[in-house]
Amino acid sequence: MLGGMLTFFFLVIFGLPLAPSIILAILISTIVGITFERLAIRPLKNAKPIRLIIITIGASIFMRGAAMLIWGKDTHALPAFSGNDPLYIAQATILPQHLWIFAITILIIIASRLFFNHSIIGKAMRACAYNAQVASLVGIDVKIMVMLSFAVSAAIGSMAGIIIAPLTMTSYDVGIMLGLKGFCAVIIGGMSSGLGTVLGGLLLGLLEALGAGFISASYKDAIAFIILLLILFFRPEGLFKKKETERV
Amino acid sequence: MAIFISRKLKTMLKIKNINTYYGQVHALKNVSLHLTEGEIVTLIGANGAGKTTLLNSLSGIVPSRSGQILFNDTPINDLYAHQIVKMGISQVPEGRQVFKPLSVEDNLELGAYLYNRKRADKTETKKTGEMVYGLFPILKERRKQLAGTLSGGELQMLSIGRALMARPKLLLLDEPSMGLAPMVAQEIFQVIGNLSREKKTTILLVEQNARAALKLANRGYVLETGRLILEGTAASLLENKEVQRAYLGKDKKEIWER
Repeated sequence: MLGGMLTFFFLVIFGLPLAPSIILAILISTIVGITFERLAIRPLKNAKPIRLIIITIGASIFMRGAAMLIWGKDTHALPAFSGNDPLYIAQATILPQHLWIFAITILIIIASRLFFNHSIIGKAMRACAYNAQVASLVGIDVKIMVMLSFAVSAAIGSMAGIIIAPLTMTSYDVGIMLGLKGFCAVIIGGMSSGLGTVLGGLLLGLLEALGAGFISASYKDAIAFIILLLILFFRPEGLFKKKETERV
Repeated sequence: MAIFISRKLKTMLKIKNINTYYGQVHALKNVSLHLTEGEIVTLIGANGAGKTTLLNSLSGIVPSRSGQILFNDTPINDLYAHQIVKMGISQVPEGRQVFKPLSVEDNLELGAYLYNRKRADKTETKKTGEMVYGLFPILKERRKQLAGTLSGGELQMLSIGRALMARPKLLLLDEPSMGLAPMVAQEIFQVIGNLSREKKTTILLVEQNARAALKLANRGYVLETGRLILEGTAASLLENKEVQRAYLGKDKKEIWER
């Protein structure tokens, strides 16, 4: 939401070109993410994850409210990054924006894989996620890592909001549905498996589209949640996750 | 002829009257101890005596509420855990807590996390890495494996190796032999002995296995319900009747009847 709205804001109100608007929007979203961590997450020492989740939800409601007050309730469309003329590839019609979404998503996936598997900071972040106390015993500043993870997720989140905004429009309350669908994708793919999540997302989109076509378009969203429930009932570890054997 | 090296060994760590609490629970009561450079000192005591708490107070994980901890004459009680590692104190936490989702190599790399900025540090880290692989050749064999797939002994080796990567001046070991097969435990104790002899690392060893620990150590402290009740050279503690009865498992009768 913030990414899309901020881009729109810079683009239309300030009349900046698209690229700088996007960069500014991502930057500001990231700063918002960091500020949120500083003000609402860090002061809570040793809070249980469920409390942190509830605080995060609360903050998101607050931010939606603030966005509504600042920018109003209207829905805005961002211009597509490179025109709206559809492309015909092997008899399929796609918009250039679809390609942008695919390309940027793939880039982000590759970048995050490189970051988490090959950079010392990424590895340190994973170490903190696994066991923060021991991470501090090897000299990792856990607080910085938490802040960094908020920054990274805010940046990626706003990036995602921006690249889909030309297709889905943006307003003060987009994002909830996207967040829920994203959650579905994560559950389908299995937690903490990057590629699984992507496959889960693709599968979810495909099933939704097929369901909308064969059954009824008005059930499109319901289908996502039925899948979510089925997965949670029958394969809570996700479709693509190998069963782990835990050594004790 | 014996060669007399009269180098005055200085006190590396001095703990003065620290008190540590978990909420309302008073876990460490006026504990004072010291470590001289190059020493192995062992801390023995029953479950719940506060041994781990003492190490965690030293490492900054459970900060002490009062008292002072001096490391090479610098007070460290107010520092965060990661800053204390930077000062040169590394802890090998109990229960072989390595980063299981990461590879052996990555675990060691994170051990040297402090040294990821300067190039000179990085070459030094490489050397330390070779040293660790030299100590534990099995880790080199398994360096691409995920740490979660290692056996108990290997996990302990990795845990010690990771701590050594930070090039500590003082190594805190929390029950390194816990839950290991006797042969493996012996191997670990041997490595600890070597570290002290060859690398001159100062070691504070917390152990349940009091006999093995006292055989290895120069001095020892006995902790009981948060208080230090005894201190002395390792040899004198091994001879001490109270220690024998409570921690070395000698038959009560045998001691009292003689």
